[in-house]
Amino acid sequence: MGMWATFRCIVRRDLTLAIRRKSDVFTTLFFFVIVVSLFPLGIGPESDTLRTIAPGVVWVAALLASMLSMERLFANDYDDGSLEQMLLTPQPPSVLVFGKICAHWLVSGLPIVLMAPLLGLQYDMALDALGVLVVTLLLGTPVLSLVGAIGAALTLGLRGGGVLLSLIVLPLCIPVLIFGAGAVEASTSGLGAQSHVAMLGAIFVLALCFSPISAVAALRISIE
Amino acid sequence: MSSINWFKYASPPTFYPLAGRLAPLFGVLAVVLMVVGLYLSFFVAPTDYKQGEGYRIMFIHVPAAWMSMFIYLVMAMWAAIGLAFKTRVSAMMSQALAPTGAMFTFLALWTGALWGKPMWGAWWVWDARLTSELILLFLYFGFMALHASIDDPRRADKASALLALVGAVNIPIIYYSVQWWNTLHQGASISPGAAPSMTSIMLTTLLIMTAACWSYAIAVVLSRVRSIILERERNTDWVASVVGPDNRGGRG
Amino acid sequence: MLSVVDLECVRGDRRLFSALNFSLGEGEVLHLRGRNGSGKTTLLRTLCGLSEPEQGEIRWRDEKIGALAEGFCREVLYLGHLNAVKGDLTAVENLSVAAQLDGDDLAETQIWDALQEVGLRGYEDLPVRVLSQGQKRRVALARLLLTTARLWILDEPFVALDSAAVEQLREVIERHVAQGGLVVLTTHQEIEWTSGRVQEIELDA
Repeated sequence: MGMWATFRCIVRRDLTLAIRRKSDVFTTLFFFVIVVSLFPLGIGPESDTLRTIAPGVVWVAALLASMLSMERLFANDYDDGSLEQMLLTPQPPSVLVFGKICAHWLVSGLPIVLMAPLLGLQYDMALDALGVLVVTLLLGTPVLSLVGAIGAALTLGLRGGGVLLSLIVLPLCIPVLIFGAGAVEASTSGLGAQSHVAMLGAIFVLALCFSPISAVAALRISIE
Repeated sequence: MSSINWFKYASPPTFYPLAGRLAPLFGVLAVVLMVVGLYLSFFVAPTDYKQGEGYRIMFIHVPAAWMSMFIYLVMAMWAAIGLAFKTRVSAMMSQALAPTGAMFTFLALWTGALWGKPMWGAWWVWDARLTSELILLFLYFGFMALHASIDDPRRADKASALLALVGAVNIPIIYYSVQWWNTLHQGASISPGAAPSMTSIMLTTLLIMTAACWSYAIAVVLSRVRSIILERERNTDWVASVVGPDNRGGRG
Repeated sequence: MLSVVDLECVRGDRRLFSALNFSLGEGEVLHLRGRNGSGKTTLLRTLCGLSEPEQGEIRWRDEKIGALAEGFCREVLYLGHLNAVKGDLTAVENLSVAAQLDGDDLAETQIWDALQEVGLRGYEDLPVRVLSQGQKRRVALARLLLTTARLWILDEPFVALDSAAVEQLREVIERHVAQGGLVVLTTHQEIEWTSGRVQEIELDA
């Protein structure tokens, strides 16, 4: 079986599982919506303030939501023994892990990207800014999934794995937050978002190259 | 041929007495350098024309900040050696380095805040250097938390080693992004560490204080690694011969 | 085919066994015995490459298994305590994904036949989570009928099966051995082997 067929097989499997258990998808999305909607209640409804903090709030909420869902990336397969079976198949494990990450992003990252412009309207963001926000999320949330996968693999089966996962992964995600939220601010202030978006793209490529390999190494350590 | 010699020291029974001999040596060195360095920084180094006496905190802040970053890299290096060659002592070294690294990071933050108050009029300013230190502290916490929450020491060593490596790859990216973020938001114009016109005596003092910090770190890490070795190897015969069979804790 | 040289395994800071040597040729069954906690599962996981031994090596066709990696994985089938069966997928979907990842190109009819043989006729299209423990185990065991692997490593395969299913599994194992396959297994049940060479190793020693 070729690498592409392996990849498709694992993505289809994980998507089927996600569709049959929709609640997992919706909890992440609702968490994102609730966190973003809480800020105006805590800060006050002045639209000038809200417009300034909007990109940061949306990005931090996306970061937290993806940490919340990350825990489940490998945990279910680890608990029922499917994960060790996957590592025992003759398929390249980094392709399997990459397939799982892609499927996971499709059900947890993509809904966040699609929901973000709607939440941006709550904050009275301009249309241009909304566009930049979606682009940065589209580039940035896969990085969160890729980096989070390493953390999820390292904390597999540990007590308090979810909190630990956030503790070790959130600091590593800071550059994504800075460039993601920064891009939106730069575009509203008239500086142009290209350089930020380019940096995000570079980080995305870097994560794409190194994360699946590191996640496989981490899985081998955790499964032993 | 020389590699054989190296691996000899990678075994706990050989490393334990070696560390025991080196630790007090570096301890004494640390005290001597610290006394000389503190004398120079308080009484010899001239008052700065712009920042007055307050700048003297630089002599501990800057070495601490340097140490915090060096130690993370050294830790990642030991972690890489441990993963590549499966030497037990390497993993124990990186485990022993983490608390000292975190301590220096905290020290750098603390002294940075003390320095910031007279300079900026605020205890905390989101300056690029301080922010990077704060993130570094989080990285140390993550490393220690991961190691502490895994029961099997072999898995704990390997998992935290991998995390240290991922962190080390990330540090330049984090550092760069924080700098970018800071310049974009027009942060503080003066930063701790970027002291104005250094006289040569200031530089000498700074280097002596840095050497003192190094010696302290080596001494502390070596004695900590000795306790880790004893704890991990408590069921072996050589530990029994070192501490005496009756003094061994835990299961025999 | 499979040989183990001077193997030592450690769990936490406890040495489970050391200086373990054995070799297994074509058409042989190795029955591992030992108390709970004597390291049977660890040994099985080490044999299929999931865990690393503290010392010693495992050779398959005279090469270290670490060096073989993918080639070795193709020839091994491991069934552990956990069924590795997803509750939200049907039995057919479970087996089809497993076969695809194992690199076997199976027609769906073969999977239906296998499920029928393990006595799951009529349950093929139900999500596995509604099946009983024994039935879930049978779904996992149906992989034995579909695989092309030479070496089977089975951890307590007879658990949760009724006596008819135990007999049937014994026959499946003996058929595999008769075709030149190798089987390493642990079990606390007494199994009456009717054919094939059976080695026994006691891990308590």
